[in-house]
Amino acid sequence: MCRTPAGAVGLVLTLALIALAIMADALAPVDPFASVAPPLSPPSRAHAFGTDDLGRDVLAGVIHGARTSVLVVASVTLLAAIIGIAVGAVAGYRPGAIDDALMRATDFVLVVPRFFLAVVVIALFGAGLDRLILVLGLTSWPAIARVVRAQTLSLVRREFVDAARALGAKDMRILVRYVLPGALPAALVVISINAAGVILLEAGLSFIGLGDPQRISWGYLANNAQRFLRVAWWVALFPGAAIALAVLGLNLLGDGLNDLLDPRATRST
Amino acid sequence: MAPRYLLWRLAQIVPAVAGILLIAFVAVHMAPGDPVLALAGEHGDAAYYAFIRTKFGLDRPLPEQLVVYVGRVATGDLGQSFVHGRPVAVVIAERLPATLLLIGTALALSTTVGLALGVLAARRAGRPTDLAVRTAALLAHAMPSFWLAQMAAIALALGTGWFPVQGLTDARRALTGWRFALDVTHHLVLPALVLAAGELALTTRLTRTGMLDALATDYARTARAKGLPERGVVRHALRNALLPLVTVVGSRAGLVVTGAVLVETVFAWPGLGQLLLSSIQTRDVPTLLGLFLLTSMTVIVANLVTDIAYAWLDPRIRYE
Repeated sequence: MCRTPAGAVGLVLTLALIALAIMADALAPVDPFASVAPPLSPPSRAHAFGTDDLGRDVLAGVIHGARTSVLVVASVTLLAAIIGIAVGAVAGYRPGAIDDALMRATDFVLVVPRFFLAVVVIALFGAGLDRLILVLGLTSWPAIARVVRAQTLSLVRREFVDAARALGAKDMRILVRYVLPGALPAALVVISINAAGVILLEAGLSFIGLGDPQRISWGYLANNAQRFLRVAWWVALFPGAAIALAVLGLNLLGDGLNDLLDPRATRST
Repeated sequence: MAPRYLLWRLAQIVPAVAGILLIAFVAVHMAPGDPVLALAGEHGDAAYYAFIRTKFGLDRPLPEQLVVYVGRVATGDLGQSFVHGRPVAVVIAERLPATLLLIGTALALSTTVGLALGVLAARRAGRPTDLAVRTAALLAHAMPSFWLAQMAAIALALGTGWFPVQGLTDARRALTGWRFALDVTHHLVLPALVLAAGELALTTRLTRTGMLDALATDYARTARAKGLPERGVVRHALRNALLPLVTVVGSRAGLVVTGAVLVETVFAWPGLGQLLLSSIQTRDVPTLLGLFLLTSMTVIVANLVTDIAYAWLDPRIRYE
Protein backbone atom coordinates (compact mmCIF):
# COMPACT_ATOMS: atom_id res chain seq x y z
CA MET A 1 0.00 0.00 0.00
CA CYS A 2 2.77 2.42 0.89
CA ARG A 3 4.55 1.72 -2.39
CA THR A 4 2.43 4.38 -4.05
CA PRO A 5 2.18 7.76 -2.35
CA ALA A 6 -1.47 8.08 -3.38
CA GLY A 7 -2.35 4.78 -1.71
CA ALA A 8 -0.50 5.80 1.45
CA VAL A 9 -2.39 9.11 1.64
CA GLY A 10 -5.65 7.24 1.08
CA LEU A 11 -4.85 4.77 3.85
CA VAL A 12 -3.95 7.56 6.29
CA LEU A 13 -7.10 9.57 5.49
CA THR A 14 -9.32 6.51 5.81
CA LEU A 15 -7.77 5.45 9.11
CA ALA A 16 -8.08 9.03 10.39
CA LEU A 17 -11.77 9.03 9.45
CA ILE A 18 -12.35 5.77 11.31
CA ALA A 19 -10.38 7.01 14.33
CA LEU A 20 -12.45 10.23 14.41
CA ALA A 21 -15.64 8.20 14.35
CA ILE A 22 -14.60 5.79 17.09
CA MET A 23 -13.11 8.39 19.42
CA ALA A 24 -15.53 11.24 18.67
CA ASP A 25 -16.51 11.64 22.31
CA ALA A 26 -12.90 11.94 23.45
CA LEU A 27 -11.70 14.08 20.55
CA ALA A 28 -14.55 16.59 20.33
CA PRO A 29 -13.77 19.62 22.50
CA VAL A 30 -17.40 20.01 23.58
CA ASP A 31 -20.83 18.43 23.16
CA PRO A 32 -21.86 19.08 19.52
CA PHE A 33 -25.40 19.98 20.59
CA ALA A 34 -24.36 22.34 23.40
CA SER A 35 -24.48 26.08 22.92
CA VAL A 36 -21.00 27.10 24.03
CA ALA A 37 -20.34 30.52 22.51
CA PRO A 38 -22.16 33.46 20.91
CA PRO A 39 -23.97 32.44 17.70
CA LEU A 40 -21.94 32.56 14.48
CA SER A 41 -18.60 33.38 16.13
CA PRO A 42 -15.78 33.17 13.60
CA PRO A 43 -12.98 30.65 14.12
CA SER A 44 -10.94 31.52 17.21
CA ARG A 45 -8.46 29.92 19.56
CA ALA A 46 -11.29 28.53 21.71
CA HIS A 47 -13.38 27.34 18.77
CA ALA A 48 -11.10 26.51 15.89
CA PHE A 49 -13.94 26.04 13.35
CA GLY A 50 -16.18 28.79 14.82
CA THR A 51 -19.76 28.33 15.98
CA ASP A 52 -23.07 28.02 14.17
CA ASP A 53 -26.32 29.98 14.51
CA LEU A 54 -27.12 28.31 17.83
CA GLY A 55 -23.63 28.87 19.24
CA ARG A 56 -22.68 25.21 18.77
CA ASP A 57 -19.04 24.35 18.16
CA VAL A 58 -18.55 23.47 14.46
CA LEU A 59 -15.41 21.41 15.15
CA ALA A 60 -17.35 19.21 17.57
CA GLY A 61 -20.07 18.90 14.95
CA VAL A 62 -17.60 17.86 12.26
CA ILE A 63 -16.02 15.25 14.55
CA HIS A 64 -19.36 13.77 15.54
CA GLY A 65 -20.48 13.97 11.91
CA ALA A 66 -17.66 11.56 11.09
CA ARG A 67 -19.33 9.05 13.40
CA THR A 68 -22.63 9.21 11.49
CA SER A 69 -20.86 9.00 8.15
CA VAL A 70 -18.74 6.01 9.16
CA LEU A 71 -21.72 4.25 10.74
CA VAL A 72 -23.74 4.58 7.53
CA VAL A 73 -20.87 3.81 5.18
CA ALA A 74 -19.63 0.81 7.18
CA SER A 75 -23.11 -0.71 7.44
CA VAL A 76 -24.00 -0.04 3.80
CA THR A 77 -20.64 -1.37 2.65
CA LEU A 78 -20.97 -4.52 4.76
CA LEU A 79 -24.45 -5.21 3.41
CA ALA A 80 -23.46 -4.42 -0.18
CA ALA A 81 -20.28 -6.49 0.10
CA ILE A 82 -22.13 -9.54 1.43
CA ILE A 83 -24.74 -9.39 -1.35
CA GLY A 84 -22.22 -8.45 -4.04
CA ILE A 85 -19.73 -11.17 -3.14
CA ALA A 86 -22.43 -13.83 -2.81
CA VAL A 87 -24.10 -12.90 -6.10
CA GLY A 88 -20.80 -12.54 -7.95
CA ALA A 89 -19.33 -15.77 -6.65
CA VAL A 90 -22.42 -17.87 -7.40
CA ALA A 91 -22.86 -16.27 -10.84
CA GLY A 92 -19.23 -16.89 -11.72
CA TYR A 93 -19.29 -20.42 -10.37
CA ARG A 94 -22.56 -21.50 -12.00
CA PRO A 95 -22.51 -20.46 -15.66
CA GLY A 96 -25.76 -20.75 -17.54
CA ALA A 97 -29.24 -19.99 -16.26
CA ILE A 98 -28.23 -19.00 -12.71
CA ASP A 99 -25.48 -16.72 -13.96
CA ASP A 100 -27.85 -15.18 -16.50
CA ALA A 101 -30.56 -14.52 -13.93
CA LEU A 102 -28.15 -13.04 -11.40
CA MET A 103 -26.51 -10.78 -13.96
CA ARG A 104 -29.90 -9.55 -15.20
CA ALA A 105 -30.74 -8.67 -11.61
CA THR A 106 -27.39 -6.92 -11.27
CA ASP A 107 -27.97 -4.88 -14.42
CA PHE A 108 -31.39 -3.91 -13.14
CA VAL A 109 -30.22 -2.72 -9.72
CA LEU A 110 -27.56 -0.68 -11.50
CA VAL A 111 -30.35 1.29 -13.18
CA VAL A 112 -32.12 2.25 -9.94
CA PRO A 113 -31.25 5.84 -8.99
CA ARG A 114 -30.19 5.36 -5.37
CA PHE A 115 -30.55 8.98 -4.29
CA PHE A 116 -34.14 9.33 -5.50
CA LEU A 117 -35.16 5.91 -4.19
CA ALA A 118 -33.81 6.87 -0.77
CA VAL A 119 -35.76 10.13 -0.95
CA VAL A 120 -39.00 8.25 -1.64
CA VAL A 121 -38.37 5.67 1.09
CA ILE A 122 -37.54 8.29 3.72
CA ALA A 123 -40.54 10.40 2.70
CA LEU A 124 -42.79 7.34 3.10
CA PHE A 125 -41.23 5.71 6.15
CA GLY A 126 -39.82 8.75 7.95
CA ALA A 127 -36.19 9.66 8.60
CA GLY A 128 -33.88 7.13 10.20
CA LEU A 129 -30.49 5.57 9.68
CA ASP A 130 -31.85 1.99 9.61
CA ARG A 131 -33.94 2.45 6.46
CA LEU A 132 -31.26 4.63 4.87
CA ILE A 133 -28.69 1.88 5.39
CA LEU A 134 -31.10 -0.74 4.09
CA VAL A 135 -31.98 1.18 0.92
CA LEU A 136 -28.39 2.10 0.09
CA GLY A 137 -27.08 -1.37 1.03
CA LEU A 138 -29.64 -3.17 -1.11
CA THR A 139 -28.81 -0.99 -4.14
CA SER A 140 -25.03 -0.55 -3.86
CA TRP A 141 -23.80 -4.09 -4.59
CA PRO A 142 -23.84 -4.46 -8.42
CA ALA A 143 -20.32 -3.15 -9.03
CA ILE A 144 -18.96 -5.56 -6.40
CA ALA A 145 -20.90 -8.49 -7.87
CA ARG A 146 -19.54 -7.81 -11.36
CA VAL A 147 -15.92 -7.77 -10.22
CA VAL A 148 -16.28 -10.88 -8.05
CA ARG A 149 -17.98 -12.70 -10.91
CA ALA A 150 -15.19 -11.85 -13.33
CA GLN A 151 -12.57 -12.96 -10.82
CA THR A 152 -14.44 -16.17 -10.03
CA LEU A 153 -14.80 -16.99 -13.71
CA SER A 154 -11.04 -16.90 -14.18
CA LEU A 155 -10.18 -18.56 -10.87
CA VAL A 156 -12.39 -21.65 -11.25
CA ARG A 157 -10.41 -22.65 -14.33
CA ARG A 158 -7.17 -22.75 -12.36
CA GLU A 159 -5.40 -25.97 -11.47
CA PHE A 160 -5.63 -25.60 -7.72
CA VAL A 161 -9.41 -25.55 -7.97
CA ASP A 162 -9.30 -28.77 -10.02
CA ALA A 163 -7.00 -30.23 -7.40
CA ALA A 164 -9.37 -29.31 -4.59
CA ARG A 165 -12.25 -30.86 -6.48
CA ALA A 166 -10.23 -34.01 -7.14
CA LEU A 167 -9.61 -34.24 -3.41
CA GLY A 168 -13.39 -34.31 -2.92
CA ALA A 169 -14.02 -30.74 -1.79
CA LYS A 170 -17.66 -29.66 -2.02
CA ASP A 171 -18.74 -26.62 -4.10
CA MET A 172 -19.24 -24.47 -1.02
CA ARG A 173 -15.79 -25.30 0.28
CA ILE A 174 -14.16 -24.64 -3.07
CA LEU A 175 -15.86 -21.25 -3.33
CA VAL A 176 -15.15 -20.07 0.20
CA ARG A 177 -11.73 -21.64 0.70
CA TYR A 178 -10.14 -21.40 -2.71
CA VAL A 179 -11.98 -18.98 -4.98
CA LEU A 180 -13.06 -16.11 -2.73
CA PRO A 181 -9.63 -15.37 -1.24
CA GLY A 182 -8.37 -14.86 -4.77
CA ALA A 183 -11.31 -12.66 -5.74
CA LEU A 184 -11.23 -10.53 -2.61
CA PRO A 185 -8.37 -8.12 -3.44
CA ALA A 186 -10.07 -6.96 -6.65
CA ALA A 187 -13.36 -6.72 -4.76
CA LEU A 188 -11.72 -4.50 -2.15
CA VAL A 189 -10.82 -1.94 -4.83
CA VAL A 190 -14.45 -1.63 -5.88
CA ILE A 191 -15.67 -1.75 -2.28
CA SER A 192 -13.58 1.24 -1.23
CA ILE A 193 -14.54 3.30 -4.29
CA ASN A 194 -18.16 2.30 -3.67
CA ALA A 195 -17.85 3.48 -0.07
CA ALA A 196 -16.71 6.90 -1.29
CA GLY A 197 -19.89 7.12 -3.35
CA VAL A 198 -22.00 6.18 -0.33
CA ILE A 199 -20.44 8.98 1.74
CA LEU A 200 -21.48 11.45 -0.97
CA LEU A 201 -24.99 9.97 -1.15
CA GLU A 202 -25.48 10.10 2.61
CA ALA A 203 -24.17 13.66 2.72
CA GLY A 204 -26.45 14.70 -0.14
CA LEU A 205 -29.50 13.18 1.54
CA SER A 206 -28.81 14.86 4.88
CA PHE A 207 -28.10 18.08 2.97
CA ILE A 208 -31.66 18.16 1.65
CA GLY A 209 -32.94 17.48 5.16
CA LEU A 210 -33.46 13.72 5.05
CA GLY A 211 -30.89 12.73 7.67
CA ASP A 212 -31.66 11.44 11.13
CA PRO A 213 -32.64 14.55 13.13
CA GLN A 214 -31.26 12.96 16.30
CA ARG A 215 -27.73 12.84 14.91
CA ILE A 216 -25.20 15.39 13.75
CA SER A 217 -24.06 14.64 10.23
CA TRP A 218 -21.90 16.50 7.73
CA GLY A 219 -24.80 16.95 5.35
CA TYR A 220 -26.96 18.35 8.15
CA LEU A 221 -24.24 20.86 9.06
CA ALA A 222 -23.88 21.90 5.41
CA ASN A 223 -27.65 22.28 5.13
CA ASN A 224 -27.71 24.46 8.23
CA ALA A 225 -24.88 26.56 6.80
CA GLN A 226 -26.91 27.34 3.69
CA ARG A 227 -28.82 30.15 5.41
CA PHE A 228 -25.67 31.88 6.64
CA LEU A 229 -23.43 31.81 3.55
CA ARG A 230 -23.38 35.60 3.52
CA VAL A 231 -22.27 36.03 7.12
CA ALA A 232 -20.54 32.84 8.27
CA TRP A 233 -18.37 31.07 5.69
CA TRP A 234 -16.86 28.80 8.34
CA VAL A 235 -20.17 27.03 9.01
CA ALA A 236 -20.18 25.90 5.36
CA LEU A 237 -16.46 25.40 4.78
CA PHE A 238 -15.51 22.80 7.38
CA PRO A 239 -18.27 20.15 7.12
CA GLY A 240 -17.96 20.04 3.33
CA ALA A 241 -14.18 19.89 3.52
CA ALA A 242 -14.51 16.89 5.85
CA ILE A 243 -16.74 15.13 3.30
CA ALA A 244 -14.28 15.88 0.49
CA LEU A 245 -11.34 14.54 2.54
CA ALA A 246 -13.21 11.35 3.46
CA VAL A 247 -14.22 10.73 -0.16
CA LEU A 248 -10.72 11.54 -1.38
CA GLY A 249 -9.25 9.12 1.15
CA LEU A 250 -11.46 6.21 0.08
CA ASN A 251 -10.89 6.94 -3.62
CA LEU A 252 -7.12 7.07 -3.15
CA LEU A 253 -7.26 3.89 -1.09
CA GLY A 254 -9.05 2.20 -3.99
CA ASP A 255 -6.49 3.53 -6.48
CA GLY A 256 -3.66 2.41 -4.23
CA LEU A 257 -5.09 -1.10 -3.86
CA ASN A 258 -5.53 -1.22 -7.63
CA ASP A 259 -1.89 -0.28 -8.22
CA LEU A 260 -0.82 -2.87 -5.67
CA LEU A 261 -2.76 -5.59 -7.49
CA ASP A 262 -1.58 -4.56 -10.92
CA PRO A 263 1.81 -2.86 -10.57
CA ARG A 264 2.10 -2.68 -14.35
CA ALA A 265 -0.83 -0.26 -14.47
CA THR A 266 0.88 2.23 -12.15
CA ARG A 267 2.63 3.93 -15.00
CA SER A 268 -0.31 4.12 -17.35
CA THR A 269 -3.20 5.19 -15.10
CA MET B 1 -25.01 -2.66 -36.61
CA ALA B 2 -27.14 -5.74 -36.64
CA PRO B 3 -30.86 -4.97 -36.34
CA ARG B 4 -31.11 -8.02 -34.06
CA TYR B 5 -28.84 -6.35 -31.53
CA LEU B 6 -31.03 -3.26 -31.63
CA LEU B 7 -34.20 -5.26 -31.06
CA TRP B 8 -32.64 -7.37 -28.34
CA ARG B 9 -31.41 -4.27 -26.56
CA LEU B 10 -34.79 -2.51 -26.91
CA ALA B 11 -36.58 -5.54 -25.48
CA GLN B 12 -34.41 -5.34 -22.39
CA ILE B 13 -36.07 -2.05 -21.45
CA VAL B 14 -39.36 -3.74 -20.62
CA PRO B 15 -38.25 -5.69 -17.52
CA ALA B 16 -36.24 -2.70 -16.29
CA VAL B 17 -39.23 -0.37 -16.51
CA ALA B 18 -41.47 -3.01 -14.93
CA GLY B 19 -39.02 -3.44 -12.07
CA ILE B 20 -38.87 0.30 -11.38
CA LEU B 21 -42.68 0.53 -11.33
CA LEU B 22 -42.84 -2.46 -9.01
CA ILE B 23 -40.39 -0.80 -6.60
CA ALA B 24 -42.49 2.38 -6.53
CA PHE B 25 -45.67 0.39 -6.01
CA VAL B 26 -44.23 -1.81 -3.26
CA ALA B 27 -42.72 1.20 -1.46
CA VAL B 28 -46.07 2.98 -1.29
CA HIS B 29 -47.86 -0.12 -0.05
CA MET B 30 -45.25 -1.16 2.47
CA ALA B 31 -45.15 2.25 4.09
CA PRO B 32 -46.84 2.56 7.46
CA GLY B 33 -50.35 3.97 7.34
CA ASP B 34 -52.99 4.01 4.65
CA PRO B 35 -51.55 4.41 1.14
CA VAL B 36 -54.35 6.86 0.49
CA LEU B 37 -52.70 9.20 3.01
CA ALA B 38 -49.40 8.85 1.18
CA LEU B 39 -51.07 9.71 -2.12
CA ALA B 40 -53.56 12.34 -0.97
CA GLY B 41 -51.87 14.00 1.98
CA GLU B 42 -53.05 14.26 5.55
CA HIS B 43 -55.31 17.26 5.16
CA GLY B 44 -57.98 15.95 2.82
CA ASP B 45 -61.59 15.28 3.76
CA ALA B 46 -63.42 11.95 3.61
CA ALA B 47 -64.89 12.63 0.18
CA TYR B 48 -61.46 13.44 -1.28
CA TYR B 49 -59.97 10.30 0.25
CA ALA B 50 -62.80 8.25 -1.25
CA PHE B 51 -62.15 9.90 -4.62
CA ILE B 52 -58.42 9.10 -4.49
CA ARG B 53 -59.18 5.58 -3.27
CA THR B 54 -61.33 4.93 -6.30
CA LYS B 55 -59.08 6.81 -8.71
CA PHE B 56 -56.02 4.79 -7.75
CA GLY B 57 -58.08 1.64 -7.24
CA LEU B 58 -56.98 1.38 -3.62
CA ASP B 59 -60.22 -0.42 -2.74
CA ARG B 60 -59.35 -3.31 -5.08
CA PRO B 61 -57.14 -6.35 -4.44
CA LEU B 62 -53.39 -5.66 -4.59
CA PRO B 63 -52.62 -7.33 -7.95
CA GLU B 64 -55.41 -5.36 -9.55
CA GLN B 65 -54.07 -2.17 -7.98
CA LEU B 66 -50.71 -2.89 -9.52
CA VAL B 67 -52.28 -3.21 -12.96
CA VAL B 68 -54.20 0.05 -12.47
CA TYR B 69 -51.03 1.79 -11.28
CA VAL B 70 -48.91 0.57 -14.19
CA GLY B 71 -51.65 1.55 -16.63
CA ARG B 72 -51.82 5.05 -15.17
CA VAL B 73 -48.08 5.62 -15.23
CA ALA B 74 -47.81 4.19 -18.74
CA THR B 75 -50.24 6.83 -19.96
CA GLY B 76 -48.23 9.58 -18.27
CA ASP B 77 -50.57 9.96 -15.31
CA LEU B 78 -48.28 10.22 -12.28
CA GLY B 79 -51.08 11.21 -9.95
CA GLN B 80 -52.05 14.50 -8.40
CA SER B 81 -49.65 16.66 -6.43
CA PHE B 82 -51.69 17.53 -3.36
CA VAL B 83 -49.51 20.52 -2.61
CA HIS B 84 -49.74 22.08 -6.03
CA GLY B 85 -53.24 20.74 -6.67
CA ARG B 86 -52.25 19.82 -10.20
CA PRO B 87 -51.08 16.67 -11.98
CA VAL B 88 -47.55 15.65 -11.01
CA ALA B 89 -46.59 15.28 -14.67
CA VAL B 90 -47.51 18.94 -15.30
CA VAL B 91 -45.66 20.19 -12.20
CA ILE B 92 -42.53 18.26 -13.21
CA ALA B 93 -42.77 19.36 -16.85
CA GLU B 94 -42.81 23.00 -15.72
CA ARG B 95 -39.56 22.59 -13.80
CA LEU B 96 -37.83 20.37 -16.33
CA PRO B 97 -36.54 23.02 -18.79
CA ALA B 98 -34.46 24.84 -16.13
CA THR B 99 -32.85 21.57 -15.04
CA LEU B 100 -32.22 20.49 -18.63
CA LEU B 101 -30.58 23.84 -19.37
CA LEU B 102 -28.31 23.39 -16.35
CA ILE B 103 -27.42 19.77 -17.11
CA GLY B 104 -26.96 20.40 -20.83
CA THR B 105 -24.61 23.32 -20.25
CA ALA B 106 -22.65 21.45 -17.59
CA LEU B 107 -22.23 18.34 -19.75
CA ALA B 108 -21.17 20.39 -22.79
CA LEU B 109 -18.57 22.12 -20.61
CA SER B 110 -17.31 18.99 -18.89
CA THR B 111 -17.05 17.03 -22.15
CA THR B 112 -15.15 19.64 -24.16
CA VAL B 113 -12.84 20.79 -21.38
CA GLY B 114 -12.42 17.24 -20.06
CA LEU B 115 -11.36 15.95 -23.48
CA ALA B 116 -8.88 18.80 -23.90
CA LEU B 117 -7.39 18.34 -20.43
CA GLY B 118 -7.27 14.56 -20.82
CA VAL B 119 -5.39 14.80 -24.13
CA LEU B 120 -3.08 17.44 -22.69
CA ALA B 121 -2.27 15.30 -19.65
CA ALA B 122 -1.70 12.19 -21.77
CA ARG B 123 0.71 14.03 -24.10
CA ARG B 124 2.64 15.32 -21.09
CA ALA B 125 2.39 12.06 -19.15
CA GLY B 126 4.57 12.03 -16.05
CA ARG B 127 5.42 15.73 -16.30
CA PRO B 128 4.24 18.57 -14.04
CA THR B 129 1.26 19.45 -16.29
CA ASP B 130 0.06 15.87 -16.09
CA LEU B 131 0.48 15.78 -12.32
CA ALA B 132 -1.40 19.06 -11.90
CA VAL B 133 -4.31 17.91 -14.08
CA ARG B 134 -4.51 14.56 -12.31
CA THR B 135 -4.43 16.11 -8.85
CA ALA B 136 -7.09 18.65 -9.77
CA ALA B 137 -9.28 15.89 -11.21
CA LEU B 138 -8.87 13.79 -8.08
CA LEU B 139 -9.87 16.70 -5.85
CA ALA B 140 -12.81 17.76 -8.02
CA HIS B 141 -14.05 14.17 -8.04
CA ALA B 142 -14.08 14.03 -4.22
CA MET B 143 -15.90 17.30 -3.54
CA PRO B 144 -19.61 17.11 -2.81
CA SER B 145 -21.40 19.19 -5.45
CA PHE B 146 -23.39 21.15 -2.87
CA TRP B 147 -20.20 22.14 -1.02
CA LEU B 148 -18.46 23.32 -4.16
CA ALA B 149 -21.66 25.27 -4.89
CA GLN B 150 -21.60 26.87 -1.45
CA MET B 151 -17.93 27.78 -1.76
CA ALA B 152 -18.51 29.25 -5.23
CA ALA B 153 -21.46 31.23 -3.90
CA ILE B 154 -19.41 32.60 -0.99
CA ALA B 155 -16.34 33.47 -3.04
CA LEU B 156 -17.65 34.46 -6.46
CA ALA B 157 -21.17 35.68 -5.77
CA LEU B 158 -21.35 37.06 -2.23
CA GLY B 159 -17.69 37.99 -1.89
CA THR B 160 -16.86 39.62 -5.21
CA GLY B 161 -20.35 40.20 -6.52
CA TRP B 162 -19.30 38.93 -9.95
CA PHE B 163 -22.23 36.56 -10.23
CA PRO B 164 -25.79 36.54 -8.91
CA VAL B 165 -26.27 34.39 -5.80
CA GLN B 166 -29.45 32.66 -6.83
CA GLY B 167 -32.28 32.20 -9.25
CA LEU B 168 -32.59 31.93 -13.00
CA THR B 169 -33.21 35.61 -13.73
CA ASP B 170 -33.05 38.94 -11.98
CA ALA B 171 -36.51 39.31 -10.47
CA ARG B 172 -36.15 43.08 -10.10
CA ARG B 173 -35.88 43.69 -13.82
CA ALA B 174 -38.29 42.49 -16.48
CA LEU B 175 -35.91 41.81 -19.33
CA THR B 176 -36.73 40.64 -22.83
CA GLY B 177 -34.89 39.43 -25.89
CA TRP B 178 -31.13 39.10 -25.79
CA ARG B 179 -30.88 41.00 -22.51
CA PHE B 180 -33.00 38.27 -20.95
CA ALA B 181 -30.76 35.58 -22.48
CA LEU B 182 -27.70 37.38 -21.17
CA ASP B 183 -29.21 37.60 -17.70
CA VAL B 184 -30.02 33.87 -17.68
CA THR B 185 -26.48 33.09 -18.86
CA HIS B 186 -25.07 35.25 -16.07
CA HIS B 187 -27.15 33.29 -13.55
CA LEU B 188 -26.22 30.00 -15.20
CA VAL B 189 -22.43 30.37 -14.95
CA LEU B 190 -21.85 29.29 -11.35
CA PRO B 191 -24.32 26.38 -11.13
CA ALA B 192 -23.15 25.03 -14.50
CA LEU B 193 -19.46 25.31 -13.59
CA VAL B 194 -20.02 23.58 -10.25
CA LEU B 195 -22.05 20.76 -11.78
CA ALA B 196 -19.51 20.40 -14.58
CA ALA B 197 -16.58 20.11 -12.15
CA GLY B 198 -17.41 16.60 -10.94
CA GLU B 199 -18.10 15.26 -14.44
CA LEU B 200 -15.07 17.08 -15.78
CA ALA B 201 -12.86 15.16 -13.37
CA LEU B 202 -14.14 11.81 -14.63
CA THR B 203 -14.00 12.79 -18.31
CA THR B 204 -10.42 14.00 -17.89
CA ARG B 205 -9.28 10.81 -16.15
CA LEU B 206 -10.93 8.54 -18.69
CA THR B 207 -9.66 10.52 -21.69
CA ARG B 208 -6.15 10.51 -20.29
CA THR B 209 -6.12 6.75 -19.70
CA GLY B 210 -7.74 6.07 -23.07
CA MET B 211 -5.26 8.33 -24.86
CA LEU B 212 -2.26 6.71 -23.16
CA ASP B 213 -3.49 3.28 -24.22
CA ALA B 214 -4.22 4.44 -27.76
CA LEU B 215 -0.89 6.28 -28.15
CA ALA B 216 0.93 3.09 -27.19
CA THR B 217 -0.74 0.97 -29.87
CA ASP B 218 0.94 -0.40 -32.97
CA TYR B 219 -1.04 1.81 -35.33
CA ALA B 220 0.09 4.92 -33.44
CA ARG B 221 3.68 3.75 -33.73
CA THR B 222 3.22 3.05 -37.44
CA ALA B 223 1.75 6.51 -37.97
CA ARG B 224 4.74 8.06 -36.20
CA ALA B 225 7.18 5.89 -38.18
CA LYS B 226 5.60 7.11 -41.40
CA GLY B 227 6.44 10.62 -40.32
CA LEU B 228 2.99 11.79 -39.24
CA PRO B 229 3.33 14.79 -36.93
CA GLU B 230 2.26 14.13 -33.33
CA ARG B 231 -0.89 16.22 -33.81
CA GLY B 232 -2.05 13.76 -36.46
CA VAL B 233 -1.22 10.77 -34.29
CA VAL B 234 -3.26 12.28 -31.47
CA ARG B 235 -6.19 12.79 -33.82
CA HIS B 236 -6.12 9.12 -34.82
CA ALA B 237 -5.74 7.96 -31.25
CA LEU B 238 -8.50 10.17 -29.91
CA ARG B 239 -11.24 8.26 -31.70
CA ASN B 240 -10.31 5.04 -29.96
CA ALA B 241 -9.69 6.81 -26.68
CA LEU B 242 -13.31 7.97 -26.76
CA LEU B 243 -14.73 4.44 -26.54
CA PRO B 244 -14.31 3.99 -22.77
CA LEU B 245 -15.77 7.45 -22.31
CA VAL B 246 -18.96 6.51 -24.14
CA THR B 247 -19.57 3.54 -21.83
CA VAL B 248 -19.71 5.62 -18.66
CA VAL B 249 -22.17 8.20 -20.01
CA GLY B 250 -25.12 5.92 -19.32
CA SER B 251 -24.01 4.92 -15.86
CA ARG B 252 -23.50 8.58 -14.92
CA ALA B 253 -27.01 9.73 -15.86
CA GLY B 254 -28.52 9.14 -12.41
CA LEU B 255 -25.58 10.80 -10.66
CA VAL B 256 -25.72 13.84 -12.94
CA VAL B 257 -29.40 14.38 -12.16
CA THR B 258 -28.65 13.93 -8.44
CA GLY B 259 -25.80 16.45 -8.68
CA ALA B 260 -28.01 18.92 -10.55
CA VAL B 261 -30.71 18.64 -7.90
CA LEU B 262 -28.22 19.37 -5.10
CA VAL B 263 -26.56 22.28 -6.93
CA GLU B 264 -30.00 23.73 -7.68
CA THR B 265 -30.90 23.80 -4.00
CA VAL B 266 -27.83 25.93 -3.23
CA PHE B 267 -28.43 28.43 -6.03
CA ALA B 268 -32.24 28.37 -5.78
CA TRP B 269 -32.27 27.36 -9.45
CA PRO B 270 -35.97 26.94 -10.31
CA GLY B 271 -35.68 23.36 -11.58
CA LEU B 272 -36.36 19.87 -10.29
CA GLY B 273 -34.12 20.43 -7.25
CA GLN B 274 -36.39 23.15 -5.90
CA LEU B 275 -39.39 20.93 -6.60
CA LEU B 276 -37.72 18.03 -4.76
CA LEU B 277 -36.94 20.22 -1.77
CA SER B 278 -40.44 21.66 -1.47
CA SER B 279 -41.97 18.20 -2.00
CA ILE B 280 -39.85 16.80 0.83
CA GLN B 281 -40.88 19.59 3.16
CA THR B 282 -44.57 19.04 2.40
CA ARG B 283 -44.25 15.24 2.17
CA ASP B 284 -45.71 15.37 -1.34
CA VAL B 285 -45.22 11.66 -2.08
CA PRO B 286 -46.78 11.60 -5.58
CA THR B 287 -44.33 14.26 -6.74
CA LEU B 288 -41.37 12.48 -5.13
CA LEU B 289 -42.45 9.22 -6.77
CA GLY B 290 -42.75 11.08 -10.06
CA LEU B 291 -39.19 12.36 -9.72
CA PHE B 292 -37.97 8.85 -8.89
CA LEU B 293 -39.73 7.44 -11.96
CA LEU B 294 -38.46 10.23 -14.21
CA THR B 295 -34.85 9.75 -13.09
CA SER B 296 -35.12 5.97 -13.47
CA MET B 297 -36.44 6.33 -17.00
CA THR B 298 -33.66 8.79 -17.78
CA VAL B 299 -31.07 6.26 -16.62
CA ILE B 300 -32.71 3.45 -18.60
CA VAL B 301 -32.79 5.53 -21.78
CA ALA B 302 -29.24 6.80 -21.23
CA ASN B 303 -28.04 3.20 -20.88
CA LEU B 304 -29.87 2.26 -24.06
CA VAL B 305 -28.35 5.15 -26.00
CA THR B 306 -24.92 4.30 -24.60
CA ASP B 307 -25.11 0.67 -25.67
CA ILE B 308 -26.36 1.54 -29.14
CA ALA B 309 -23.73 4.24 -29.59
CA TYR B 310 -21.07 1.82 -28.43
CA ALA B 311 -22.19 -0.90 -30.81
CA TRP B 312 -22.25 1.65 -33.62
CA LEU B 313 -18.80 2.99 -32.79
CA ASP B 314 -17.22 -0.38 -32.21
CA PRO B 315 -18.39 -3.00 -34.72
CA ARG B 316 -16.81 -5.74 -32.62
CA ILE B 317 -19.69 -5.47 -30.15
CA ARG B 318 -22.41 -8.00 -30.90
CA TYR B 319 -25.41 -9.17 -28.96
CA GLU B 320 -24.61 -12.01 -26.56
